[in-house]
Amino acid sequence: MRTTCASHILHNFTSPYNATVIDRLEKAGYVHPGMTNMDEFAMGSSTENSFYQVTRNPWDTGRVPGGSSGGSTAAVAADECIAALGSDTGGSIRQPAALCGVVGLKPTYGRVSRYGLIAFASSLDQIGPITKDVTDCAILLKAISGHDPKDSTSVGLPVPDYTKVLGRDIKGLRLGIPREYFISGIDPSVESCVKEAVRALEGLGARTVEISLPHTEYAIAAYYIIATAEASSNLARYDGVKYGYRTKDADDLIGMYMKTRDEGFGPEVKRRIMLGTYVLSAGYYDAYYRKAQQVRTLIKGDFERAFQEVDAIVTPTSPTPAFRVGERTADPLQMYLSDIFTISVNLAGIPGLSIPCGFTGDGLPVGLQILGRDFDEERILQIAYAYEQATEWRKRRPEIGVRS
Amino acid sequence: MKITRKEVEHVARLARLALREEEVEQLTRQLSDILTYVEKLNELDTRDVEPTSHVLPVRNVLREDEVCGSIDRGKALVNAPDRTEEFFRVPKVIE
Repeated sequence: MRTTCASHILHNFTSPYNATVIDRLEKAGYVHPGMTNMDEFAMGSSTENSFYQVTRNPWDTGRVPGGSSGGSTAAVAADECIAALGSDTGGSIRQPAALCGVVGLKPTYGRVSRYGLIAFASSLDQIGPITKDVTDCAILLKAISGHDPKDSTSVGLPVPDYTKVLGRDIKGLRLGIPREYFISGIDPSVESCVKEAVRALEGLGARTVEISLPHTEYAIAAYYIIATAEASSNLARYDGVKYGYRTKDADDLIGMYMKTRDEGFGPEVKRRIMLGTYVLSAGYYDAYYRKAQQVRTLIKGDFERAFQEVDAIVTPTSPTPAFRVGERTADPLQMYLSDIFTISVNLAGIPGLSIPCGFTGDGLPVGLQILGRDFDEERILQIAYAYEQATEWRKRRPEIGVRS
Repeated sequence: MKITRKEVEHVARLARLALREEEVEQLTRQLSDILTYVEKLNELDTRDVEPTSHVLPVRNVLREDEVCGSIDRGKALVNAPDRTEEFFRVPKVIE
């Protein structure tokens, strides 16, 4: 099967081997229905950065599905498949899951093998399930998790049966509500849906505590240095020699590399390679890359302190519902800001899930994000399931078909 | 921070990207905006903070040094944009 990462540079690429997650799913009896669209090399928040086509949101085809795993979430929301996988480097499972009204989980870094995943930022990337409900999420997570000798960053901890926690009540659990996640700029209907969801969780017996994650406002800046630095190294392999696109027009080897990469990569990918190369270049490494890694330590520390007080953290997944196709493409920085609630989670490595928690007045889905301690996906799934069963959101499906 | 056009051209050479004229112009502007934004990090005093390159507490993951299978030559060459016999072919490297 062709594996393009939605890039021109991999247009004709057929992978000679399977990713570990695919081997595991096949062993569990799964049939591979196909691949979906995405932002090129997972770089984007709207799936508009695809070399191929623009994926539309099943709830409103004038709007984006989110990204980068927007093809996966749209396919699940539109009932084209039972479930899908995505990868999440800064929110690429959770944000499109929120915008498409489905369940999406980014597991703890190290929970799922990345062997065979096309690398974007290796210290942040993680594969996770995108499903219609929490039960499917738990089943799929169990199927893909576990240590893999082919990925030295996959962890040897035992894989629990994640379905066992479903149905356990959440009485007395302490849920942190970070004040930094209810900021100006958050869409009022998103805010009210999330606050209502928090009340519903309280109604189920959870205790909520206001907490602070003081370095939240620095997460995007740290992320766009670390992720692009790692991407610039990872994407150095696309040189037109062993696989992928090669320019038709080159006289020497260096010229071939340079033209191949200019013609083969789209604008967002080039922008990130440039930024990553710049921050790693002589004279700038300490000022940017090292500084960002130090801030990463502070962000991780925020979560460690919070989890001494609470069992899980509850936030909005995205500050806005699905935006219109084309609305944010002109300003890359504006697009980056749509990941404000998801990015720190990848920097800290902790697991996070997005679950539908209501709809805006225009009928667009809103996502609730639940974050847990390292390797405590069970707690997240327990809370998500309790919430899901206490509400009716999962029963709503987009109307799809030709409108008269 | 403002990045200059000359710096953009230098970084493009390092990244092996043959940018077109309009790309150089656009990237000079956009990268300046992004770099100005990330300067926000300088508000934080990080003098005694250790950098985090990796979130897992693992070091030196070792395994048995065993011979095992790898992709055979035929499969490895299937995706080659240009090849000759059992080699990848590239444009001339030396004069």
